[in-house]
Amino acid sequence: MLKSRKDLDRIREQAEKGMGRQRMRAMVCAGTGCLANGSLKVYERLRELVAEKGLLVDIAMTEDACGEGQEAGGGIGVEKSGCHGFCQMGPLIRIEPQGILYVSVKPEDAEEIVEETLIKGKPVTRLFYQDPFKGTQVETEESIPFYKHQHRVVLANCGRINPEDIREAIAMGGYAAIARVLDEMTPEQVIELINESGLRGRGGAGFPTGRKWQFAKAAKSDKKYVICNGDEGDPGAFMDRSVMEGDPHKVIEGLMIAGYAIGADEGFIYVRAEYPVAVTRLKKAIAEAREYGLLGRNILGSGFSFDITVKEGAGAFVCGEETALISSIEGGRGMPNPRPPYPAEKGLFGKPTVINNVETLSNLPTIILNGASWFKSRGTETSPGTKTFALAGQVVNTGLVEVPMGFPLRDLVFEVGGGTRIGRRFKAVQIGGPSGGCLAEGQLDVALDYESLHKVGAMVGSGGIVVMDEDTCMVEVARFFMQFTQNESCGKCVPCREGTKQMLALLTKITNGEGTEEDLALLEEVALAVQDGALCGLGKTAPNPVLTTLKYFRSEYEAHILEKRCPAGVCQALRVYSIDPEKCRGCTLCMKVCPVGAISGERRKPHSIDATKCIKCGACVEKCRFGAINH
Amino acid sequence: MRKETEQVFERKFDKVNYILDKHERKVSNLIAILQEIQAEYRYLPEEVLTYVATALGIPRATVYGVATFYTQFSMKPKGKYVIKVCDGTACHVRHSEKLSDLIREKLDLNDAKDTTDDLLFTFETVSCIGACGLAPVVTINDDDVYGQMTPEALSIVLDQLLSEESSEEGTEAAETDGDCSANNGQAYRTKDGEGCKGC
Repeated sequence: MLKSRKDLDRIREQAEKGMGRQRMRAMVCAGTGCLANGSLKVYERLRELVAEKGLLVDIAMTEDACGEGQEAGGGIGVEKSGCHGFCQMGPLIRIEPQGILYVSVKPEDAEEIVEETLIKGKPVTRLFYQDPFKGTQVETEESIPFYKHQHRVVLANCGRINPEDIREAIAMGGYAAIARVLDEMTPEQVIELINESGLRGRGGAGFPTGRKWQFAKAAKSDKKYVICNGDEGDPGAFMDRSVMEGDPHKVIEGLMIAGYAIGADEGFIYVRAEYPVAVTRLKKAIAEAREYGLLGRNILGSGFSFDITVKEGAGAFVCGEETALISSIEGGRGMPNPRPPYPAEKGLFGKPTVINNVETLSNLPTIILNGASWFKSRGTETSPGTKTFALAGQVVNTGLVEVPMGFPLRDLVFEVGGGTRIGRRFKAVQIGGPSGGCLAEGQLDVALDYESLHKVGAMVGSGGIVVMDEDTCMVEVARFFMQFTQNESCGKCVPCREGTKQMLALLTKITNGEGTEEDLALLEEVALAVQDGALCGLGKTAPNPVLTTLKYFRSEYEAHILEKRCPAGVCQALRVYSIDPEKCRGCTLCMKVCPVGAISGERRKPHSIDATKCIKCGACVEKCRFGAINH
Repeated sequence: MRKETEQVFERKFDKVNYILDKHERKVSNLIAILQEIQAEYRYLPEEVLTYVATALGIPRATVYGVATFYTQFSMKPKGKYVIKVCDGTACHVRHSEKLSDLIREKLDLNDAKDTTDDLLFTFETVSCIGACGLAPVVTINDDDVYGQMTPEALSIVLDQLLSEESSEEGTEAAETDGDCSANNGQAYRTKDGEGCKGC
């Protein structure tokens, strides 16, 4: 139980020493992505092998002076860590202190890693990342192109510490910021510092965090609340998940700072139901923090009391909107309410409430420790700091990235992401999920900050970036997002409930090849009406994917309507299948796989498809090894 | 027969009472209460919702309203294996639709029917599980996550589950004494596989 700031410093020293006893550390990624790739088996095998050699040292065991019979600095640590970010190459192992990164590690590789790297200090080159373009092998994480351009502030500890051990977080400076705040700063000073830093909400709209706090601070009430919004519902975004899984203590500390600033003694972390690992790790982290006296009554002898409850969502996208989120925490249907009154005046259980996003909160401890000018040294003047993005879709390197605000989108896609796969042409990039927009090649030079993205019709949103190549039909993408928002519309206000339904109907009509030019004009009109008339952010931004695709990919809509053709060959109803006689070798595979017997032909002679029988299922395309089927 | 059914309800409510007490019978914990009930029964039986409403002193409509608002809740029994295909943006552009088609075809399910008659499989799509780097992704009972899936690989996974089940079925049938048929047997089976709780 820590009773003062000095106690915390003492524990930090101990934990640092503990980590120092590990001559080498293998950090096995245990984020959702790597777990899916079987990283747990690798972890267990490594631990087993190191333990067999009698070299295994846990931080937990080293608290009381030296481990049993362990000579100082001779031990090896094998720890589970949060997301390293490079999900697609998982399971990933980072070897410290050298910073070696092993990719796609299998349990069978464990023996060699232990023998060569952990004991002899030699790298296992075959497990290095291989540059897909140059074919060269890359040893350390820092020199891989995917990581080279990144500035990891929020993600600094993700992949470097074991998120299930509070000592590791403390060793890396965890809770030092709240200790300083409680010891040296008044709530007003905290708010002033955050205002000065220019930190803006990372959840989407970019409202200045300090100003939000000021409103709640000014509200008079016997009880106030702070809420961490971990309802990362945007499909294609997983930054908050990674932070909650990889560095839960940073989120807790951030929420404590926010609580202290506005005068709240109770906090909630609202996590969506689809993130079970995040829920487990947060609950564990909170329990550990309580055990250490970092949560509870009279924290570090300062007189400040604060506790946190984790609330699990139950699958509703609209709960990411702050008033809906409050309804959900209160146990009701997660439906938004008109603002004002803003939650800062009348929020959870009718009390003043501040809601901050996971990433916003995770920025706080570093700002407190390093100061406002340090924070402002990254990013742009109006959007200072860094931003995490989830890079996914048809791009070579997918995963979690953190770059300074204002980073060129083109570099993110082509340098960090490595561009589209060989032989595929880039078509579009979708930013900000169903509330964001689709940008074309021409907008690639936009800078990733709030203002610049707004100008081109997109938004930072939660930070999901999905790259699309020539195989993607933009009309179908707009339909996909509309399907999503229509499903998720809570039904409270007419513009959103009816508008999304009508837009979806129009988009479906167009992808089915039944659209007319009037439909296009109507679609645009409905989109603008919903944008103006909807009650909450979900509805107001729902038309963005439609409006941006209409703006930047109008020719694709026109091809569907006027030529009854889907340029990407995605829309089933518009496909016409035929066999290229030049390429067909007459292997009969397509004939066998066709479920309706539409393909005929003799062996070793070009086949043909009877268009009247063809149901456009695409089975033949997948089967053909010569790419002879046009569609 | 009637007496038997009453007994079933009593036992169900024992568990419900335990869950209610655990959450201090607070209305603000309604979602968590329903989540635990669903974990127990694999769906939200209507009579249990009525019981929860009475216990919390709120209208039945409020409980029903919450239960039908969130996609996680189901008013119909779910299968032993809940297969979720992620249809987030990243998975969608990497053709998750093909995986959905395969499951529907293999398990004979469609838009109107998401659970197999033997209550073994439920098929759902989910808007994003946040494993976009591994798109397309399929999960089975949330714990088993399969990344970078292809229809071929998924087909193997499904076949494996089907063959495991058909061999298990033989042993299960031998162990039970046949009373289960009285109350839909499977629907009341607990998640941790303790066996039929209904009879």
